Amino acid sequence: MVEAVIRTEKLSRVFDKVRAVDGLDLEVPAGIVFGFLGPNGAGKTTTIRLLLGLLEPSEGRATVLGFDTRHQAGGVREKAGALLEHHGLYERLSAEDNLAFYARVWRMTASARRDRIRELLEPLGLWDRRSEAIGRWSRGMKQKLAVARALLHRPSLLFLDEPTAGLDPVAAATLRDDLGTLVSREGVTVFLTTHNLVEAERLCHRVAVIKQGRLVAVGHPDELKARSATRAEIVGRGFTDAMLALLRNQPGVARADLRNGRIVLELGESSETSPLVRLIVQAGGAVEEVRKDKGSLEDVFLTLMEEER
Amino acid sequence: MGDMLTVAWKEWRELILLGGSLRGGRISLVILLGLFGVFLPFKAGAEWVTSPATLFYWGWLPLMLVAGAVADSFAGERERHTLETLLASRLPDRAILFGKVLAATTYGWGIVMAMLFLSLVTVNLTARAGHLLLFPWRFAVGAPLLAWLGAGLAATAGVLVSLRAATVRQAAQTLNVGILLLILAPVLGAQALPDAWKAQAGAWFASVGVDGILWTATAALALLDLLLLAVAMARFQRSRLILD
Repeated sequence: MVEAVIRTEKLSRVFDKVRAVDGLDLEVPAGIVFGFLGPNGAGKTTTIRLLLGLLEPSEGRATVLGFDTRHQAGGVREKAGALLEHHGLYERLSAEDNLAFYARVWRMTASARRDRIRELLEPLGLWDRRSEAIGRWSRGMKQKLAVARALLHRPSLLFLDEPTAGLDPVAAATLRDDLGTLVSREGVTVFLTTHNLVEAERLCHRVAVIKQGRLVAVGHPDELKARSATRAEIVGRGFTDAMLALLRNQPGVARADLRNGRIVLELGESSETSPLVRLIVQAGGAVEEVRKDKGSLEDVFLTLMEEER
Repeated sequence: MGDMLTVAWKEWRELILLGGSLRGGRISLVILLGLFGVFLPFKAGAEWVTSPATLFYWGWLPLMLVAGAVADSFAGERERHTLETLLASRLPDRAILFGKVLAATTYGWGIVMAMLFLSLVTVNLTARAGHLLLFPWRFAVGAPLLAWLGAGLAATAGVLVSLRAATVRQAAQTLNVGILLLILAPVLGAQALPDAWKAQAGAWFASVGVDGILWTATAALALLDLLLLAVAMARFQRSRLILD
């Protein structure tokens, strides 16, 4: 059995009357990228703060890397790395000084410091610019540097709070690739919060979905996707509302809509599309193409958010 | 100790090498160096090294020097969103707090020491006493000690104010008002005293002499420093700092 690096039991945090985190039961096994998904204000950042021992839980408990976050928070922070909501870099200092400071914080010797900084900055393409004050760097470069800083002391657990938030698509994709490479090379367990579902699908081995502080789903992205309905998209001409009404009455059809001139169907587990295509043709429609697939993680996420409303 | 020096290293790097919060304040630093290192010693001549009045400068100057820099300590980190990352590191609470106090104290003290040395050079070059003019032992020990305690007082008070201030500007304003009150209160208070009390105080000052006044002031400053440090330690709570 794989050891859990994070374990929470009924973990809750209340601010005045708002339950930011509400009875969270979570287990994160070692060696994986764990995605913690949720919309803005769902309680993701508060959960990270609780796990790092920066906030005390109102109820429940959490152990991280074997340390109780309430009583042994220093132990958690010693062994874990974090890239929080803001990159937290000193913009007046150079990239090298930023890393050197945190290397000193983690008591690395001067030679180990030099080697490690080079080891991290070179693959990120930042080594040649290490002496520059980072104030004028792009946001993407700063985020890369912040990732390097978080990995500096070879933590066994890395918290990443929406690392690609606010980046343009190219910078986000680059950071995602670099993150994937670095994380697999370093062999670190990652607790990644995001509301970018493409990112979660690409990087995470396991995801949990949180809404209003409550856990609403947890599992491998494929397991979650398997819960969603099969979707069929029918491309053609001559589709009418009467046809849609006819389709909605068929067994196994959960939903039928016309979107951009295409019929979009949500089907049950065992639904076949051939009888439905025949029905459309008999009703006067012309079918050119049928695409059938499982929903994306985004579809699952949106469904979960709607279900909990 | 190592952790405290690490925090202080970062603070010094921001403060001294890169201008830090003193950006635009370098001119006033040069003016102060010119005033206390050249102009006043030049005017005072040989008396500069013997007059007890000069001791007052070395306790008072660091308050002004440190106040500008220390307001940035926590409020600046909060404003620039670096505080949470710092708090999420392995650094113990005391290392963060004392490291910031140490950096600001040594910064103010270092500048005062530079002024002291410059003033000695000025006096020796201009007074033409025919022999080397040096501070008497009570000055040589008392001035650095008073400067250290004065810088420490401003640094601790500044960190204390900066801990809860929303912005650097707010911290700097609160601190400047506090220092102004600290300087004006004894002066105005002394004037408001009844004549009989003033006479008693004058007699006491005459009886204890310069040395007595110096050590009393030193003890009072040291006590105030320790008191403020204890309050700052009590108010330093990671969760409060995060939520603020």
